[in-house]
Amino acid sequence: MTINTLAKGGCHREQMACFRKMEKVIVAMQDPDMGMKMRNQRLLITVIPHAMTGHDIITWLTHKYRISEEEALHLGNMLVKYGYIYPLKEPRCLVLRPDESPYRFQTPYFWTSTRWPASELDYAIYLAKKNIRKQGELMEYEKERYSLLHKRINHTWDFVVMQAREQLRSSKQRRKADRIVLECQEQAYWLINRPPVRSITLYCIQLYCVVHIEACRKALGRNRVKSSICLEGFLKYSEQYLNHDPIMQGCLPSNPWISDDTAHWTMNAEIVPVPTRLRVERWSFSFTELLNDAMGRKEFMTYLEKEFSAENLYFWQACEDIRHGENSKIVEKVEDVYKNFLAPGAARWVNIDSKTMDKTLEGIKRPHRFVMDDAQMHIYFLMKKDSYPRYLKSDLYKNMLAKAIVPQETKKSVFPFMRRQRHSSPSPAQTATQAAEEEGLAKGAGANSAAGSHF
Amino acid sequence: MACQGLQKGETLESLKRESETLKKKLEEERNKLNDVELHQVAEKVEVLSALSIKTRRVLKGHGNKVLCMDWCKDKRRMVSSSQDGKVIVWDAFTLNKEHGVPLPCTWVLACAYAPLSGLDNKCSVIPLSLDKNENLAAKKKSVAMHTNYVSGCSFTNSDMQLLTSSGDGTCALWDVESGQLLQSFHGHTADVLSLDLAPSETGNTFVSGGCDMKANVWDMRSGQNIQSFESHESDINCVKYYPSGDAFASASDDATCRFYDLRADREVAVYQKDSIIFGASTCDFSLSGRLLFAGYNDYTINVWDVLKGTRATILFGHENRVSRVRVSPDGTALGSASWDSTLRVSWSFSTGSNYIFRFIKLLFWVNSRLVLEFTVAF
Repeated sequence: MTINTLAKGGCHREQMACFRKMEKVIVAMQDPDMGMKMRNQRLLITVIPHAMTGHDIITWLTHKYRISEEEALHLGNMLVKYGYIYPLKEPRCLVLRPDESPYRFQTPYFWTSTRWPASELDYAIYLAKKNIRKQGELMEYEKERYSLLHKRINHTWDFVVMQAREQLRSSKQRRKADRIVLECQEQAYWLINRPPVRSITLYCIQLYCVVHIEACRKALGRNRVKSSICLEGFLKYSEQYLNHDPIMQGCLPSNPWISDDTAHWTMNAEIVPVPTRLRVERWSFSFTELLNDAMGRKEFMTYLEKEFSAENLYFWQACEDIRHGENSKIVEKVEDVYKNFLAPGAARWVNIDSKTMDKTLEGIKRPHRFVMDDAQMHIYFLMKKDSYPRYLKSDLYKNMLAKAIVPQETKKSVFPFMRRQRHSSPSPAQTATQAAEEEGLAKGAGANSAAGSHF
Repeated sequence: MACQGLQKGETLESLKRESETLKKKLEEERNKLNDVELHQVAEKVEVLSALSIKTRRVLKGHGNKVLCMDWCKDKRRMVSSSQDGKVIVWDAFTLNKEHGVPLPCTWVLACAYAPLSGLDNKCSVIPLSLDKNENLAAKKKSVAMHTNYVSGCSFTNSDMQLLTSSGDGTCALWDVESGQLLQSFHGHTADVLSLDLAPSETGNTFVSGGCDMKANVWDMRSGQNIQSFESHESDINCVKYYPSGDAFASASDDATCRFYDLRADREVAVYQKDSIIFGASTCDFSLSGRLLFAGYNDYTINVWDVLKGTRATILFGHENRVSRVRVSPDGTALGSASWDSTLRVSWSFSTGSNYIFRFIKLLFWVNSRLVLEFTVAF
């Protein structure tokens, strides 16, 4: 979401989608056949009808959505936090307890989405009622808001007080149980929906249409590839890289984060005397992988020197430098490239087809960042289609692969809590809680859970 | 591209109608080559073994919401920015704070390993050095200027160029040295919230996602909008490329993450669950692209199996919205930043099908009584 809070239409964008989803859950929970079983709950000496326990809520969510209890507790907590279910005991503590604590559904009249936005006038009436009913029972923040509202909407204050008195009078005529229920509902609503301050932004609708139409027209003319071909590509990629993905398959000798041993990083540093096997294998996945790895690129250069075609790689590197380098150096770099690679009789002359060469030479007269793009592309694909596959079949590469290290897996220590405790450079206020947390971690170590993890 | 006003004879109604018709036609075209779904193709792939991902590092030190984080190329350092107006560089491995830079603006929305951008419409680049005594804030250089807040930024392949996305609905490419605007990208009709550079061979495109529910792919050279995807039902908060560059994922306020194939030019998967109600604000792929980590506004991180479309596991622990998740450059760990002012580092304890799980029960006897029993898994 964005700080521009209102969309065209004026309703709060991010929240509405969430509320609709939560309301679906709530409606399902109240379904007469598949919903929750409700019962009467005792609150002090009064009996509240249609209530349920926290434990029931969690059980129902676990079954309905086929999720773990931990996740159901989390979801239930969100429903309470946003006011769709409210606690009867301790109404200010908006937490779902997985025990016999009683809860009730908020009436749709008081759903956030129904009454959006909560008006200041309604809030003032609510606070006035509370003030009249029990003098001095307003909380600190409520007292502040009350006096603020008194100042702001002073012109309608008589109306506010009159409404408050009227509502109190009619509520006295209800049965005690109903009155308590209504008071609970109202209190729960205002705990969450105290009115904030908004800002408004404007959009141009005509502009949207024009932009959209243009984009659609362009998109209609696109070339597309069949789904079956594209999707196979993803499967192949994930399979190819599976062994290289530490989160899926672990890494050798060990994941430094788990074992506190940085050997894995040392062995895979940018330049090492002998690279690991996985790394060398990765060079064969694609030309980009080879070039992106500093060692791979060096090896490839050595190979090209043997083949007397190293000027291609030097040229490609020089073009990359122009494309990604400082604006101010472009002219000078393009000059250099021309002198070294393109000029007739140049020391490292590259073999580009005549059409591309002509276009490039024309462009050099007015050098810009992308002037070498076509030539660079040509040489890149030349290396990719010709030199790269031969490199992979060459002795140079095969020897590298044979020499490459396969690190031994280090065994994890049997007693995980004996590993060195890590302390962040602290701010004094936090060291106490941090130490307690570390101990908690040590005791909980080793407990595996497929459904989730929490500490 | 400025608003040129309506042509003669066009009304808003006719424009809207034409827009709708074209949209339908485009959907039909895209569906013509849709001969199979991703989860069908993925049926032959092995089911993931049970993932056990746990949080084991908590980085405390920010005084307020952490809005953004990024990993350093050395795979262990992180930079994070917070509403308390500070940018901190951490060595996440040792939990040490290495640099702390105070900034004039408190809503620092984005930081990549070095540029910083925020709600003051400017994007600043701060050179980092190993000398802790240097006054880094003084070396700060202002690079990008938008007319509204800057929501995201990314260096291109070198640190000489910077790409930014902004609340003013545009993206822009800047030259760091001179601060000059090199290219601007128009096409979004609302705030642009996120962008990501393509890891492709030619390295010339990037994707952006915004509050107009659209994800657009751009050519950096020409400034053209090459492709556009509009299937989300609410703001797109984050976009991230699949490691091969042939697809990207998006995380949105409609509580779903979606996977878009660039060659087929369509959405190929939706990652959603009835019990997931709150918007996703961030996402990132694991190294092989098999897993998608997404951070949500209900404080959780859901881990999705990209190919099968199912949820692999869920991570709890943060006490407020997760604002950013990022997998470390070598794929060994997952970093997450949250409004609860902490950063957490999590990693996987599962070791794949090559290894055997061994369970050992240890019993301690003290004073001839059974004191402690626990299970250790390798």
